[in-house]
Amino acid sequence: MGNVPSAVKHCLSYQQLLREHLWIGDSVAGALDPAQESSQLSGLPEYVKIVEVGPRDGLQNEKVIVPTDKKIEFINQLSQTGLSVIEVTSFVSSRWIPQMADHTEVMKGIRQYPGIRYPVLTPNLQGFHRAVAAGATEISVFGAASESFSKKNINCSIEESMERFEEVVKSARHMNIPARGYVSCALGCPCEGSVTPQKVTEVSKRLYGMGCYEISLGDTIGVGTPGSMKKLLESVMKEIPPRALAVHCHDTYGQALANILTALQTVVLCSPLLVETIAGPWCMLYVSPPREILLSLLHILGEESAIHAR
Amino acid sequence: MESSQLSGLPEYVKIVEVGPRDGLQNEKVIVPTDKKIEFINQLSQTGLSVIEVTSFVSSRWIPQMADHTEVMKGIRQYPGIRYPVLTPNLQGFHRAVAAGATEISVFGAASESFSKKNINCSIEESMERFEEVVKSARHMNIPARGYVSCALGCPCEGSVTPQKVTEVSKRLYGMGCYEISLGDTIGVGTPGSMKKLLESVMKEIPPRALAVHCHDTYGQALANILTALQMGINVVDSAVSGLGGCPYAKGASGNVATEDLIYMLNGLGLNTGVNLYKVMEAGDFICKAVNKTTNSKVAQASFSA
Repeated sequence: MGNVPSAVKHCLSYQQLLREHLWIGDSVAGALDPAQESSQLSGLPEYVKIVEVGPRDGLQNEKVIVPTDKKIEFINQLSQTGLSVIEVTSFVSSRWIPQMADHTEVMKGIRQYPGIRYPVLTPNLQGFHRAVAAGATEISVFGAASESFSKKNINCSIEESMERFEEVVKSARHMNIPARGYVSCALGCPCEGSVTPQKVTEVSKRLYGMGCYEISLGDTIGVGTPGSMKKLLESVMKEIPPRALAVHCHDTYGQALANILTALQTVVLCSPLLVETIAGPWCMLYVSPPREILLSLLHILGEESAIHAR
Repeated sequence: MESSQLSGLPEYVKIVEVGPRDGLQNEKVIVPTDKKIEFINQLSQTGLSVIEVTSFVSSRWIPQMADHTEVMKGIRQYPGIRYPVLTPNLQGFHRAVAAGATEISVFGAASESFSKKNINCSIEESMERFEEVVKSARHMNIPARGYVSCALGCPCEGSVTPQKVTEVSKRLYGMGCYEISLGDTIGVGTPGSMKKLLESVMKEIPPRALAVHCHDTYGQALANILTALQMGINVVDSAVSGLGGCPYAKGASGNVATEDLIYMLNGLGLNTGVNLYKVMEAGDFICKAVNKTTNSKVAQASFSA
């Protein structure tokens, strides 16, 4: 977030702004003022990792298909912000997701900075092998906690999808490639309505058990609110350690930051919590809180998120 | 979808609807008087118990509120609903009472620069003015509410200390305001600074006499409100459709949308007494009158479904 509103810039001295509103500065470390640190809420993790899903989850849900060179440039710019995980693309058939048709070119074309991870979605073995051939070193699989959504979205039942993912994750582990698991509809389903925390826990446990190092719980249609978020996490955390969990909150009903704050408060202190965000423009149907807004929340909470915001 | 309540939250949250005043006064389009009246009458049927109607300020300063007297006289005042109006000085107060107002508000700031820029006088001068107004109001058994703007930051001065906000709040409370609404005027606050502010103010003013008025300029409003609720505050100001942009940041949003607030509170299992769908209908009505799309995410999601 570098766009200081012009009126604010006019009123505030720029130095004061940098001092008082850390997210606009060039560097977080060193700018942290003891007075700001004291405003940290109690019961929060010390470190929050942001997983940037804009290039994949974001762009795949935009009507406009972004040209390959612009995607590559976008990802290269993100690589220079301090983000440590950037989801690049999805190795799915272009018949289903034309926005991701250039997955191989994008994967090959981006500059892979050392220390940054570039996971890609691989819904099946074929996609997995293509991803590896294109240079991917981390993959994700995408399950759902709702049967109807699973059938509608990936054309098979939850059980069938799990069997497919087992093959993928097994191959990944065989090649020492980390695999991440997503569970969509974690707080509600566009088809079925309410989804029980128990169902989400069951699916999460399955993905974790097959070898996914981390499970991202997705509020796919953004219907969750702090109460349902807390209830969900309490259920899932009985089976999966907090350090292996992430939240992926959509902002469809404006609840995302409140839900993320609740997740931060619910997770055990000192566990890194992964929060997924999408930089750039809002998607029409599936929106996540812009990274810039999340950053301001985190920084003023006193979180060290090791992001050098521009 | 039953969702479990977070612990430590109030059972009931009172929503103070400021759309007709704070919202419309910050919109470029001046809404015709009859549409304002219709808007407020619609809001009166949603279950809201407090609706801020207008502002008795000079039309030279706030042309959007020039028809304050006609609006106040024109609305239907439903029993059990309160219709406060802003009265920055004695003249405005007397006009308000003559027009049928039975509750008033005064609007101070926790920043000297903002006070001078916004109401053309120092904080101290404004307090003296408000003392006169609140004294007259109390004399007539008219409740007075106090606002403190720039509670979490000022467009001119930058950071504002919780101590300063506490000092101004205490002054307003001491002169007889029954409730103090702490306003994050430029929406720069985040949960940490909200908590710090409330910890300071609550040393001097009981939580039941406090409200939060969070702007969503940086998208932080609901997170800040949630934090305030967790600290025992149970009065929240909001504006239907998120009416009223930010006069200090062109194109930015202003008030938090009542619809989005209700959505969160409903999800938490908290009682508000307000019907979300009726609020959305009123929001749809006023957005057409103002000729803009809603700032409420809930309304956007619902109307596009």
